[in-house]
Amino acid sequence: MSDKPKLAMYWAASCGGCEVSLLNLHEKLLEVEASFDFVFCPCLIDTKKSDIEAMPDKSIAITLFNGAIRTEENAEMAHLLRKKSQILIAFGSCASEGCVPGLANLYSKQAILKTVYLDNPTIDNPGNTVPVTSCDVPEGTLTLPAFFDRVQTLSQVTDVDYTIPGCPPESHQVWAVVVSVVNGTKLPQLGSVIGAGCLSVCDECPRVKEDKKITSFHRTWEIIPEPEKCLLEQGLICMGIATRDGCGAPCPQANMPCSGCYGPPEGVSDQGAKMVSALGSILDIGDSKGRSDEEIAARLESLLDAIPDYIGTFYMYSLPGSIIGGRVNK
Amino acid sequence: MSTSADFLLESSVSDFSAEYEPRIIGFLCNWCSYAGADRAGASQTTYPPNVSIIKIMCTGRIDPQFILKAFASGADGVIILACPPGDCHYKEGNLRAAQRHSLLARVLEQMGIERERCRFDYVSAGDGNKYAQVITDMVDTVRHLGPLSLSN
Repeated sequence: MSDKPKLAMYWAASCGGCEVSLLNLHEKLLEVEASFDFVFCPCLIDTKKSDIEAMPDKSIAITLFNGAIRTEENAEMAHLLRKKSQILIAFGSCASEGCVPGLANLYSKQAILKTVYLDNPTIDNPGNTVPVTSCDVPEGTLTLPAFFDRVQTLSQVTDVDYTIPGCPPESHQVWAVVVSVVNGTKLPQLGSVIGAGCLSVCDECPRVKEDKKITSFHRTWEIIPEPEKCLLEQGLICMGIATRDGCGAPCPQANMPCSGCYGPPEGVSDQGAKMVSALGSILDIGDSKGRSDEEIAARLESLLDAIPDYIGTFYMYSLPGSIIGGRVNK
Repeated sequence: MSTSADFLLESSVSDFSAEYEPRIIGFLCNWCSYAGADRAGASQTTYPPNVSIIKIMCTGRIDPQFILKAFASGADGVIILACPPGDCHYKEGNLRAAQRHSLLARVLEQMGIERERCRFDYVSAGDGNKYAQVITDMVDTVRHLGPLSLSN
């Protein structure tokens, strides 16, 4: 092993997109390799958990931890990598906010296992076999890591030094972080979000924004949006207004509304609540003066009926990290 | 966040009594509904003491995060009382609050928090009777629903 600082990357409950985002550095990956000794990454290299366990504590300079904490194994690896790393970075939306796996917090563990192993139309499971943590077979006892009741973010199970948001983090932002670390730039205060901006996606979006008034909502396939006008003003639910910038706003520039993957902007603890707040300000149900309470309420309800899935839209990436964190009384 | 409304939220949610008494946070606007509450008090109207009032300048100031934080901190219900339509001191803050509430109620329902636990209503400055009636009604509703237990 060389004396270069050590770099590790691990995936917990994630899709692998964060690794792809790192690989999207393309030839710059060779420069990462020149500056770091890449010691652990189950997606790309063949070192094992036992190799990490054998290393002295704090011997890894930086660990990029992606994925949410869904199982006991995820939590165990989070604790192990925390112990072995000087800097633990929650890399990507799953590790920082819970992301799409976190939407499972709308359902109980039992309901999830039942759907996945028993009820789905494509299931052929005549023995009604459901995974258990321990199972006796003639050869001995087989074990599986426990499936937790809730999906948690990395910072909910261990101390996290920095967060790089995004689903996945944009490669140019990953590169910016690598360059600043290699150049020895002083890192910001512990707990900061790095590799992103502090404002909202609207700040980077080149579309023309005017006075916002929404008289009706549309799904993306229902209209062909005008190319230069703000998507939200056209009735598409664009989360950009309640989402941290730093991505460069690629989605609205490709005629797709922002879905919110960079999480809440600086100073906001609940992205969905902020979107509710923002939308509440710009819904246009016409003049309210002289109308009865019931009439105002009915106009609002009919406007809101056009949004199919509130949590799936406003909290697609941030449910476990939000104030309520998921469904209560599941 | 370090707004004064937040500070009030921290201090007003505390202590469960052994027997179930709903704990409700009330966001009342300075101009109409808070004056309505004053009127109810001045005319010695009787209503249950379960609502901890947080006075704000306008219901349009209510960030939905305040409401979520109230629930997460142990409130069983949240009530928002605004100026009647057309009477907002700031023209349309009450309408903003009404719109945010309608949307938030749907989000709360999906989170398993009954929409009745988060009520929005209008109370004018002179209407102490309506204030007492709305509060009585809200406390009854929440008492019937029982305590809200947030598993986290």
